[in-house]
Amino acid sequence: MNLKDVLSEKRSAILKRWFDVIVETYPADTAVFLKNQKDRFANPVGATISQGIENIFDELLQGGDIGRVSPFLDNIVRIRAVQDFTPSGALTFIFNLKKVIREELESEADKTPILKDLTALESRIDDLALLSFNIYMQCREKLYDIRANEVKSRTFRLLQRANLICDIEDQEQEPDSEDNKLINIKRKEAAQ
Amino acid sequence: MATKLPKPDELAKIDFTPPETGWMDTPVEIKPGMFCWGAKAKNLRAVEFPNARDWSPAEEDWKLPGEWEGTVLEAMADRLSKYRSFKLFMDICVRCGACADKCHFFIGSGDPKNMPVLRAELMRSVYRKYFTTPGKVLGKLAGARELTYDVLKEWWYYFYQCTECRRCSVFCPYGIDTAEITMMGREFTNLLGLNTDWIAGPVANCYMKGNHLGLEPHTIKSSIEFFLDDIETVTGIKIEPTFNRKGAEILFVTPSGDLFADPGTYTAMGYLMLFHELGLDYTWSTYASEGGNFGYFTSNEMAKRLNSKIYAEAKRLGVKWIIGGECGHMWRVLNQYMDTWNGPADFLEVPKSPITGTVFENAKSTKMVHITEFTADLIKNGKLKLDPSRNDHLKVTYHDSCNTARGMGLLEEPRYVIKSVCNNFYEMPENTIREQTFCCGSGTGLNASENMDLRMKGGFPRANAVKYVRDKHGVNMLANICAIDRATLKASMEYWVPDVTVCGTHELVANALVMKGEKERTQDLRLETLPGKEGN
Amino acid sequence: MKILFSFFTVVFLVLLVFAGATTGNKYVLFLFGVIIPYAAFATFLLGFIYRVVQWGRSPVPFRIPTTCGQQQSFPWIKQNKIENPSTTMGVIVRMALEVFLFRSLFRNLKTELRDGPKLSYGSDKWLWLAGLAFHWSFLIILIRHYRFFIGEVPSVIHLIESLDSFLQVGVPLVYITDAVILAAVTFLFLRRVYIPQVNYISLAADYFPLFLILGIAISGVLMRYFIKVHIVGVKELAMGLISLNFMAPAKNLQEIGVIFYIHLFLISVLFAYFPFSKLMHMGGVFLSPTRNLSNNSRMVRHINPWNYPVHVHTYEEYEEDFRDKMKAAGLPVEKE
Repeated sequence: MNLKDVLSEKRSAILKRWFDVIVETYPADTAVFLKNQKDRFANPVGATISQGIENIFDELLQGGDIGRVSPFLDNIVRIRAVQDFTPSGALTFIFNLKKVIREELESEADKTPILKDLTALESRIDDLALLSFNIYMQCREKLYDIRANEVKSRTFRLLQRANLICDIEDQEQEPDSEDNKLINIKRKEAAQ
Repeated sequence: MATKLPKPDELAKIDFTPPETGWMDTPVEIKPGMFCWGAKAKNLRAVEFPNARDWSPAEEDWKLPGEWEGTVLEAMADRLSKYRSFKLFMDICVRCGACADKCHFFIGSGDPKNMPVLRAELMRSVYRKYFTTPGKVLGKLAGARELTYDVLKEWWYYFYQCTECRRCSVFCPYGIDTAEITMMGREFTNLLGLNTDWIAGPVANCYMKGNHLGLEPHTIKSSIEFFLDDIETVTGIKIEPTFNRKGAEILFVTPSGDLFADPGTYTAMGYLMLFHELGLDYTWSTYASEGGNFGYFTSNEMAKRLNSKIYAEAKRLGVKWIIGGECGHMWRVLNQYMDTWNGPADFLEVPKSPITGTVFENAKSTKMVHITEFTADLIKNGKLKLDPSRNDHLKVTYHDSCNTARGMGLLEEPRYVIKSVCNNFYEMPENTIREQTFCCGSGTGLNASENMDLRMKGGFPRANAVKYVRDKHGVNMLANICAIDRATLKASMEYWVPDVTVCGTHELVANALVMKGEKERTQDLRLETLPGKEGN
Repeated sequence: MKILFSFFTVVFLVLLVFAGATTGNKYVLFLFGVIIPYAAFATFLLGFIYRVVQWGRSPVPFRIPTTCGQQQSFPWIKQNKIENPSTTMGVIVRMALEVFLFRSLFRNLKTELRDGPKLSYGSDKWLWLAGLAFHWSFLIILIRHYRFFIGEVPSVIHLIESLDSFLQVGVPLVYITDAVILAAVTFLFLRRVYIPQVNYISLAADYFPLFLILGIAISGVLMRYFIKVHIVGVKELAMGLISLNFMAPAKNLQEIGVIFYIHLFLISVLFAYFPFSKLMHMGGVFLSPTRNLSNNSRMVRHINPWNYPVHVHTYEEYEEDFRDKMKAAGLPVEKE
């Protein structure tokens, strides 16, 4: 039996344990809510995590391009990036997978045939971690972008009026003047 | 985000074994990203609020006035005698936990003190200590605790993490409404000068200048004139609205946010186009130029002071009745408070649509009609020529505002309007809409920038449902009837569901509205080219 | 700690009455059999009224129903007349559903699109069911007890009794409500202990009444099915109490049996405790302004008795501030 078969066999046990470990990073009473409320709209955090780790795990086993995991990783990291975690705290859940897999493999009598594959898998998990650092940073940057955009969009109309005052004659004559187009471009930028 | 990184071994401890202390023994930690900046002295002074001084929630010293405990307890006694809701809700909770997981802030943040029951217990514990016999005698055993500096900070932190959305109240077997408790929490903190500048600024502006943004009369006019240019570009029609005009039949009041920031501006253009097309005899006011009411997020008295302008202006201008624009908390206030505060509006007439002749019986005392009621009636009576195919590139879903859903019950009117002007409409899942709608996460004056982490957490349950219909039906437009939604869902979508845009309902109406004498439409109100019209 | 405190308080109460009743001293029995029940009932009655009056003294300044359905607007839009009532009739139906069927708690059920294993959800449903089972069986048991207070047992009581024992098992016949209330209280207790969310928010004041009611139910069940008491004496005492004939019951006090005194004393404690506790939700639910008001505040003006004039920024002051700018922008002004 190779590692992939072993892990496929233990898929649900590993996923359950991994989910539990992630959920334990929340306060105890919250953890129970995250675990037990199965409605994905009433409990979007729990649902996203459980769905996400399933997809990540399956992709990991498939062993294809690590980039394919990115959207699933994104869903989880995006949530943890705004919750009360330190950056490391937000991302430990990736490294937990190693521990979870090791623990699940404890019971395997003969580990020698899978050891090499296991090392390879663990290095893929490390890649996953690196990837999630990128995502985490993108999320945090996005937040600052949004903050900046909000301020821009709030002041944009003011700026626009300032332009209007300068170019009032132009504009009355030619509603489609270059200035007007420029304003529209700017407005779109601000609106994004 | 914590500013100080813990050591690796500390980290394991922090993240994996959360302290098992009871909530009373877990002191509040004021975390950046979760709160708004403190109110500036000048803004509090403008409306004669107490303890005006510059302060920062991030600092240890909040510069409280002397004897502040007495001030709070005195106010508490006063409000207990004035509000049955407050007194009752302090007494009858059985802590069954039905509300616990209904709050968008709890769902998104996982912070137990965001469970509505616990948010209320923050206040109840103090109530028990000073106002009930068991609390006085048994103390902590009876769930009572003293009002300390830390408790006050905890109040402030968590009562400014509640959007008064009332979702918890829907599920409570006694109808306990956390909004009532949060409102009191905010009344008390305001007595100590503990407000946020994001609320205090608009309040001061609205009081002195008539609207939250502080737009002066000439600026309001020029803002709207600017929209007229865009409308002319799109339709070829020149619209000439009037301002502060005496003798108009109808006064129109809408949140000032729609005059200022996209995409609310497009909604404002929608109003202008609709009213023009109808030839409605109406006027804008620069004095009553705010439908929203940030005063409602400070104290009952301040809310009434700001709200008074609407009836006062209607009376001065001699209009017959009032139409109110798309706004959430504005309509909670108009529906449940305005007439009581500043009525009776006996100088107005029972609203009657001059176009269809429909009498708005449900507004016969307040004399104020919601724009979607007005428009739904027009469409039902076939008074509007609509071309919904102009919105065919949109797949629309509708977000119920908390206040219009749970403080009014305006559920079908906007849906009817949207379905009449759009061919592609998809509902979000049932337990996230109508009376169970999820808050945008930024209501009650929490829509500042510095508390973005909080907003994103609180907005996640709503965004999650939007994401679902995006994935399932390809929804790309999130319609709503609230100025705060238009401003904040935009940010929320940007973070959680990047390819969904946000719009007001009357933007969709105006895009579909076939106007007399218009040129062929090749652009929508955002001046974006309509699909299929690229060649023109 | 909270649980243990509540538990041992109830144990202490049981020991107290046990010690008292086993003395057989007629003065002690008179205390537990007559004085304490009277005092407890008086406390309950006066306390309950006092609390309700206290609530009633605080006005309802604003009409703030939580609307859970479509408002009344046009004839062609169907109003939800119960969840968003605009008439008193609608409010009565809404309140009836709330009081008799716990409508709002039931709302927890309404979820869809679940995923994952079926077993682990549904705690909310159990809360509704257990709450309903508990309250209804409590009420039926209370009504059944009416037979002790009246000479000729009315037929309606007989009917309730026969319905309640329709299973026709055991001697004497087992009442279903006895089993239901024990199960429901146990569930409500375990729920508080084992669901961390609920555990986190629970106070001693949440456990105490549960233990108390459990004590009452257990002693009642023991008395009916296992430890016989002098039933004629009980009925004499009950009828004496209700007819305000203080001395009549006194003669058989010694023969009734200790378990009865435990039962009666715990009931007395519950009654006396009632007005000071969260149990007052029984009265409070009727007064809740988010449920018992119709949503008609745009149709009929709601009056706030303490509405007072406030300082406003008038139009005149506003025009004063901006007159020049208004004139320059071509906006009409009152004073040139």
